[in-house]
Amino acid sequence: MTHHLDGNVLAGALSEVFRSDVTAARGRCGGCGRTAPIAEAMVWTDAPGLVARCASCDRVLATVVDTGDRVILSLAGLSAVELRR
Amino acid sequence: MSFVTRGFSGRRREADPRLPPGQTLVQDWPVLSAGPTPQVDTADWEFTIRDETGADHRWSWDELLALGVEDVTVDIHCVTHWSRLDMAWRGVSLDKVFENVESEHEYVMAHSYGGYTTNVPLEDLLDGKAWIATEADGGPLDPEHGGPARLLVPHLYFWKSAKWLRGLTMMPDNDPGFWEQYGYHLYGDPWKEERYW
Ligand SMILES: [Zn+2]
Repeated sequence: MTHHLDGNVLAGALSEVFRSDVTAARGRCGGCGRTAPIAEAMVWTDAPGLVARCASCDRVLATVVDTGDRVILSLAGLSAVELRR
Repeated sequence: MSFVTRGFSGRRREADPRLPPGQTLVQDWPVLSAGPTPQVDTADWEFTIRDETGADHRWSWDELLALGVEDVTVDIHCVTHWSRLDMAWRGVSLDKVFENVESEHEYVMAHSYGGYTTNVPLEDLLDGKAWIATEADGGPLDPEHGGPARLLVPHLYFWKSAKWLRGLTMMPDNDPGFWEQYGYHLYGDPWKEERYW
């Protein structure tokens, strides 16, 4: 790939993610392909962060680490997220 | 001690010098889990070290214990701010495990049953600093605490002491494990409060 933009191009999309109800969004598991509302994920909370796993295959879909002054979010296990306007 | 000094030391005056900054002493043993608890029978358990040639060094449960189980009393410090002092463990020193493993690589990825990973420099696993723990608090390790065997690296935050240990893979670089990818510190020294990126 010869043409790409830096991460600033994501700013608009991410501001929309955080304005809407993320749990109502649907996500596609990057492992098994199950597409379901984020609210249906399995979330482990007794951990150093929140860990959301696919209800079908256990794959880690998302993690949230709260450092106090920062939130570190990973959506690496989701191949796509669908948000309603 | 002068009044002024007391005033300045304030909340920290009862701090135990054995507690790293930001830690609170607990008497119980909180259970932290990032996923389902694997149930692994010692009859099926196997431990593997993979070196850079791709060769696997394997130990069954009995072969591991035959290396010699020792008593270990150490303090543990969880990144979620609790610490336990003088905790009684039993396990096999990683010095014994690595005795016949040749590797030029300086880093190790620990792998768990269930898929968890964590990265540790090799030097932090050697010279009496780390064990494969099989017992704690006077009995076999419960599955919820990482049994049948977990890594024990007490001088680093406890997420480095991987539960349900199944293997170590030698690495040329210090690649991040599970929590290290998701926001936690690559090394994790509790005395330097290396909690996050
Ligand atoms: Zn899945």
